[in-house]
Amino acid sequence: MLYRAHVLVEVSSNSVPLGALQIKELFSAEIKRRGLSQEVQVLETGSLGSEIPSPFVVIYPDNVIYAPVHPQDVPRIVEEHLLKGRVVEELRFKTPSSGGVGELVSTFPLQKERRVVLRNSGFIDPNNIEDYIARDGYQALAKVLSSMKPLDVIEEVKASGLLGRGGAGFPTGLKWEFTYKAPGEEKFVVCNADEGEPGTFKDRLILEGDPHSIIEAMTIAGYAVGASKGYIYVRAEYPQSIAHLEKAINQAREYGLLGKDILGSGFSFDIKIRKGAGAYVCGEETALLNSIEGGRGEPRIKPPYPPQKGLWGKPTVINNVETLANIPPIILNGAKWFKNIGTPTCPGTKVFTLTGNIVNAGLIEVPMGITLRELIFEIGGGIPGGRGLKLVQTGGPSGGTMTPELLDVPMAFDTLPKYNSALGSGALTVIDDSHCIVDVVKSFAEFFLHESCGKCTPCRIGNKRIVEILENIERGKGTRESLVLLKALGENMKATAFCGLGQAAPNPLLRCLQVFEEEFAAHVEGKTCPVGVCKLEKKMVYAK
Amino acid sequence: MMGAITVDDKLFEEVDQIIDRYAGEETPLLCILQDLNAKFGYLPQPVLQRVSKKLGVPASKVYGVATFYSFLETRPVGKYVIRVCKSTPCHVRGATDVIKILKKELGIKEGETTRDGLFTLEVTSCLGVCGVAPAMMINETTYGNLSEGRIREILALYRQ
Repeated sequence: MLYRAHVLVEVSSNSVPLGALQIKELFSAEIKRRGLSQEVQVLETGSLGSEIPSPFVVIYPDNVIYAPVHPQDVPRIVEEHLLKGRVVEELRFKTPSSGGVGELVSTFPLQKERRVVLRNSGFIDPNNIEDYIARDGYQALAKVLSSMKPLDVIEEVKASGLLGRGGAGFPTGLKWEFTYKAPGEEKFVVCNADEGEPGTFKDRLILEGDPHSIIEAMTIAGYAVGASKGYIYVRAEYPQSIAHLEKAINQAREYGLLGKDILGSGFSFDIKIRKGAGAYVCGEETALLNSIEGGRGEPRIKPPYPPQKGLWGKPTVINNVETLANIPPIILNGAKWFKNIGTPTCPGTKVFTLTGNIVNAGLIEVPMGITLRELIFEIGGGIPGGRGLKLVQTGGPSGGTMTPELLDVPMAFDTLPKYNSALGSGALTVIDDSHCIVDVVKSFAEFFLHESCGKCTPCRIGNKRIVEILENIERGKGTRESLVLLKALGENMKATAFCGLGQAAPNPLLRCLQVFEEEFAAHVEGKTCPVGVCKLEKKMVYAK
Repeated sequence: MMGAITVDDKLFEEVDQIIDRYAGEETPLLCILQDLNAKFGYLPQPVLQRVSKKLGVPASKVYGVATFYSFLETRPVGKYVIRVCKSTPCHVRGATDVIKILKKELGIKEGETTRDGLFTLEVTSCLGVCGVAPAMMINETTYGNLSEGRIREILALYRQ
C-alpha cells in the first residue's frame, strides 16, 4: 500500500520516558478521526541525537521535524500539516547551532557530525526490514557471500584499522583472525549488548534504531570466522531493544537473510537472543559467556581468551554492538574509505553520550580525534546555569577522569592514556563545580560496590572499604591517614583484582585523590567541605 | 501483590512446563529462572528445588544464580518494582532527592514493599537512559526527567 505521507515518531528509550508512545497513539487516532488512515502512515523511528529534543516527529516526504512534541500539539500538526498541507512553523524544530529551520535532510549531518554507525537511526522504521534494505541493508552480506573468501573479509577488517568500541579498543580484525585460526568444528559469534557503564547508552540507540545492521554484521562475522551460530546478549534494562531485535531476527529469517543457506550461498547462520538479568559485570566478556551458559556472571581467568576457548569451550568472537555496526559500511565502502575518517592510528567515528551537567544531554557520532571542548561546549551546548567545569568522566566509572586543562586533547583510544585517562565506551559524564569531589568519587565507588561479583577479595572487600572511608570523610571523621589508606587500597585493587571490573574500580578515586588533593585535604584536615555539600560535624566553614 | 505462592502439584506442573520449553537448549538455567520469575513475581524455594531436580543441577548452583542477578527475586515483591538509578549521571542531576521523595511518598525504605503490596522500592545501577536523568524503571517501563511533581503523577497512574 502506498501512502502520500509518513509520520515518524521517535520511539526510543530517550522518548518513551517522556511520553512518546502516547504521542504515537494520538497521531494514529487523530489521523483516523480525520479520515486520513488510507493516506498517512504512522511509523516508529529511533533517536536522532543530542541536539533534537525528545520526543520528535518527522513528516515525510516534506522532511519537517517537530520537536519536542507535546500531546496537545498533535491535533494541530494533523489538521494543519497533514490535512491542509501547511507546516506549523511555531512547533517546528529550529537547529540550535545555526538558528535554521529543522529539516531532516538539511539538518543532517549536523556540524561536525559524521554518521557511520548511526547511518540509519532516526531515518528508518527499525521494525521494517525493507526500510533497511532500501538504504543498502544486507548489501555487504551479499557482497561477502558472493565475492569474498573468509580470509578476504578478515583482511578487509584488519586493513580498516577498526578498534573494538566496547571500551578496550582491541583491533577487531585480529580478534576475527584468532577465532578463524583456532581449531574447532563449532564456533560462535557473540554480540555484547550488555552495556551497563553509567553514562553510556549508545548501543541501546543502535539496537533500537537499526537492529538489522547488527544482524547483518554478525552474519558477516560468522562467515569470516567459520561460525554458524550467534548469540546477542542484551541487558534486561533494555526491553525496547529486545523487542526490536526479536522482530528483526524473524524478518531476516523470512527474507532468507538469516538461517539455512543464506542467499543461496550454502552458508548457514542463525542468531539467538539471551537476556541479561541485571549484572554489570556481565559486560566483561568471560562473565558474559558464563551468563549465557546459565551460571553466575563471574569472570574466568584469561588466558585462554574467548577466540581460543569461549562459549561452551568453543572458539568465540565477541564484539560490541557499536563495533559490529561499523562492519557493513567497511565491507561496502572499503578499508581505505574507513581509514580516511578519524585519526591515522584510531580510524572511524565514535558515538559519544553526553550526560550529567550539560545543556544538550544525548548522543552524537563524530570522527575520532574530536576534543572535549568541541563535544561539551559546541555540541553539548555547555554547562547549565553558567557553572564551571569540575571534571569529565570519560567511558563511565571504569574509564578515565579528565580535568579542564585537558579539554583540547584529541579523543581517541591511543591519545588519552598519555594523560592517564581512557576513552572507554564513549560516555561523557560532565560534572560542574557545584559538586563535592568526595561525594562524586563516592558515587563511583558505590556503583562498583553494588556491581562487584564477589568472586575475588580485593574487589569485594576493597570497594566496601573505599565507600566506608569516603563516608567517614564526608562526616568529618577522616584523617590524613584515611587518604593514605584510600591510595593504598586503590593501588592494591588495581594490581590484584581478578578482572577488569575490580582493576578499573579505583581509577576515578586514585586520579581524583591526586588532582583534587586540596579538596580532600580540606575535608580531612580543615574538617570542611569547600563546596558545601558534605555535612561535616564542625561549625567553622571555609570561605570559598 | 504477587504474595506468597502456594506449593502444590499445580505449581510444579507450571514449573515443569516452563522447563520443558527449553528442552534441547544447552544450559538454559538462567532463561528458565527468568521465565519463572516473570510468571510468579519471584522464585520461591520449592520452585528452585524443582528446577534443580528436573535439570539435574545442584540446588546450590540454582540458588547461586537466583541470588546473583538483580532482576531475579528470591522473596515476594510488590506488583510494581520501582528501580531508581543512582549512578553518577543521575546522581549529579538529583537522584538523591528522587530516592528521598519516593521513600516519603511510599512510606517505605529501600528494599521494602508497601503494605498494600503494590510497590517495592529498589535502588539500582545505571539504567542506560542517562540522557533523561534522573530516571527510574517501574517493571519494564522507564521514566526520565524526574521531578517531585512528575513522581507523584507517575505513582498516581499505578495507584489507579
